[in-house]
Amino acid sequence: MARYSIGIDLGTTHSAVSSFELPRETVRGHEQSVLQIAQVVKPGTVDELPLLPSFLYLPNKNEFPDGSLALPWNKKSDDLIGDFARSHGSKVPARLVSSAKSWLCHPGVDRSAPILPWQAPPDVEKVSPLEASARYLRHLRTAWEHKYHGEKLHEQEVVLTVPASFDAAARDLTTQAAMQAGLENIVLLEEPQAALYAWIEALGEGFRKQLKIGEVILVIDVGGGTTDFSLIAVTEKKGDIHLTRLAVGDHILLGGDNMDLTLAHTLNQRLLNEGKKLDQWQFHSLTYACREAKERVFNDSKIKKTPIAVASRGSALIGGTIKTELTREEVEELLTDGFFPKTKINEMPVTTRRTGFAQMALPYAPDPAITKHLAAFLTHQAKALTGNSELPAALKGKSFIHPTAILFNGGVFKAETLRERVVDAVNSWLRVENGEPAKELQGIDLDLAVARGAAYYGWVRQGHGIRIRGGTARAYYVGVEAAVPAVPGFEPPINALCVAPFGMEEGSEAQIPPQEFGLVVGEPTRFRFFSSSLRRQDKPGDVIADAARDEELEELSPIETSLPAKDSKAGNFIPVNLQAMVTELGTLELRCLEKNGSGRWKLELNVRMKE
Amino acid sequence: MTNEVEVTPGFFQRLGLAFRVLGDAALAGKLLKLTAAPEPAKPVSVPAEKAHASGLFVLGTLQEEGRLIDFLQQDVVSFSDEEVGAAARVVHGGCKKALQRLASLTPVLKEAEGDNVIVPTGFDSQRIRLTGNVSGQPPYRGVLKHHGWTATDLKFPSLSESIDYRVLAPAEVELS
Repeated sequence: MARYSIGIDLGTTHSAVSSFELPRETVRGHEQSVLQIAQVVKPGTVDELPLLPSFLYLPNKNEFPDGSLALPWNKKSDDLIGDFARSHGSKVPARLVSSAKSWLCHPGVDRSAPILPWQAPPDVEKVSPLEASARYLRHLRTAWEHKYHGEKLHEQEVVLTVPASFDAAARDLTTQAAMQAGLENIVLLEEPQAALYAWIEALGEGFRKQLKIGEVILVIDVGGGTTDFSLIAVTEKKGDIHLTRLAVGDHILLGGDNMDLTLAHTLNQRLLNEGKKLDQWQFHSLTYACREAKERVFNDSKIKKTPIAVASRGSALIGGTIKTELTREEVEELLTDGFFPKTKINEMPVTTRRTGFAQMALPYAPDPAITKHLAAFLTHQAKALTGNSELPAALKGKSFIHPTAILFNGGVFKAETLRERVVDAVNSWLRVENGEPAKELQGIDLDLAVARGAAYYGWVRQGHGIRIRGGTARAYYVGVEAAVPAVPGFEPPINALCVAPFGMEEGSEAQIPPQEFGLVVGEPTRFRFFSSSLRRQDKPGDVIADAARDEELEELSPIETSLPAKDSKAGNFIPVNLQAMVTELGTLELRCLEKNGSGRWKLELNVRMKE
Repeated sequence: MTNEVEVTPGFFQRLGLAFRVLGDAALAGKLLKLTAAPEPAKPVSVPAEKAHASGLFVLGTLQEEGRLIDFLQQDVVSFSDEEVGAAARVVHGGCKKALQRLASLTPVLKEAEGDNVIVPTGFDSQRIRLTGNVSGQPPYRGVLKHHGWTATDLKFPSLSESIDYRVLAPAEVELS
């Protein structure tokens, strides 16, 4: 029997762990415990910090003295993860693995192949995005076990958070990384939901006063590298309050780091014009200084400008330090207006239609305007949710979803100005359609809420408190070649067959009406695989024509299976039916069931490249 | 080790020695060995400083985070206030952060400087220092000139056996 519920927030730039002692009957309130994570902060020095920077440094053999990377639980460790990995890696970028999580959900690369650091020189022993994630998790596991003497983390209830926008393959890979780190049976939870759980826990029973039946909560989670939206409805069943996750947004590679970099590039250009050239390390410290300056300006409305000093690389500090300043106008123009412009509800983000084939580097969002991404999300989902029974009656028939409450998460929103700007933008959209202004839900720690909420969710899973329902936030489809006469030079169109509908609950199965699928014995069989976060009405067995050109469908990496040639002869053709299920842990599984037989084969989500 | 007294032979003694060397090849060999360039001394590995490791660690941290050693080792006289000021921002920002991580700092007395305060009987003479007209028995009445500082909640990280903390900052060599 697990003694603790452990919430792990495996973030793109930072990770955190929170523990919840399960036997207790009440919520933790403000004594929510966050693991102080031991990590090397410089050679020979281990410190405990509440966040573990998600950076892995791959040192050269003779780069550091023997034993200087030792961790309290491993004197011979040569894994360099966390604070020093990040700070030293800024001087040796070719050996630094960063944003492994973004690579993990990038369908354009083989995520189990050693490709990181991206474009590293040949003598660096590279790792796969999967391996890097597994190493972060192993570090967190051993740090926790060291702190809780003798307890084993895999014997606890472990909840690992993923972006709501993670597709089935990225979720599967996260589970695999956990297994490699010695964590079996982990449960997945979407980060915006975790943030809402943290809010519910922080408020205790008081949350019922703030949320009324019929409300729709918009969760805006802007992390270091990603932006994630979710909509959660407050509904009523038999007099009880229910929370249902209605929809999630697409994966947007845009976050707080982009904002710091924007400021740094602007100041760097000004320094260049003054004839002052920064080296790579100085640019990194300029970025860091910009983050702090931004927080100063945002936290104190009296500050008109704030000085920024970048230290010399050499020991001549006096005379070698480069000085500049950042003004309030610049911060507001570049960040508030640059990332959160006051736009209209019908202003959509600039997109470059992803071709997906040759795209190798991370697919960063081409449009930095988070408010435009938000407008797109609310508008698209209004269409998708038309006729949905979970949608509160008051919100039906609007051109975009009208949220009544906004919950912010992520360090970016420590700046009140930015929270206000988003609330202003949303409320200006609401005014046009005569909607009530949305309120802001406050009271969570913006850096640690996800880990805390995840630990709380482990307790909720044991039958306490209130649980957010919603099931899968996407429908899944396999590609079937359309039966059309062959035309030379033209690929036959691909139809998409729905195999897993939207909103499948954990532990449920979807039977697909019989189709004509065949597996060839002894040969791998591949299916093209699609998903949609918008098509809510499709039922298993529904077919969508010309999937590759459908705007609402996104092609994922293919799925495949291989039948061992045992009883049947190789080359034989076995008719099968497809079956989809969502495991108790929150991952999607697809199986082939033999028609008129007992054979069952799992379809693996291929994490390698798209064709 | 025995103390060797240095002897400086006179001119004729040295001339005599020269003739002895002419006739005695073995002696000449010995002399050659003696006068050859000494073998380069092997670098002696100094045992890591243990007793003062945590003090050295603090110095190293203030250098790493706030460049304090760089700042103190430079001659400020030849620089303008502008340049010293720019560097001081680096030192202040970094050292403050480092200090905050290592310890919480609180004043010894909560009263504002300039306030009248009473120093009670049995006061802690380490925490409160009396100045001015010190006579008679407590309680004393006086004016708070400096509120003092104490370090609370020390959070020193665990230090490694394998590191010589006398190296306050490593030399950095960038490879191209």
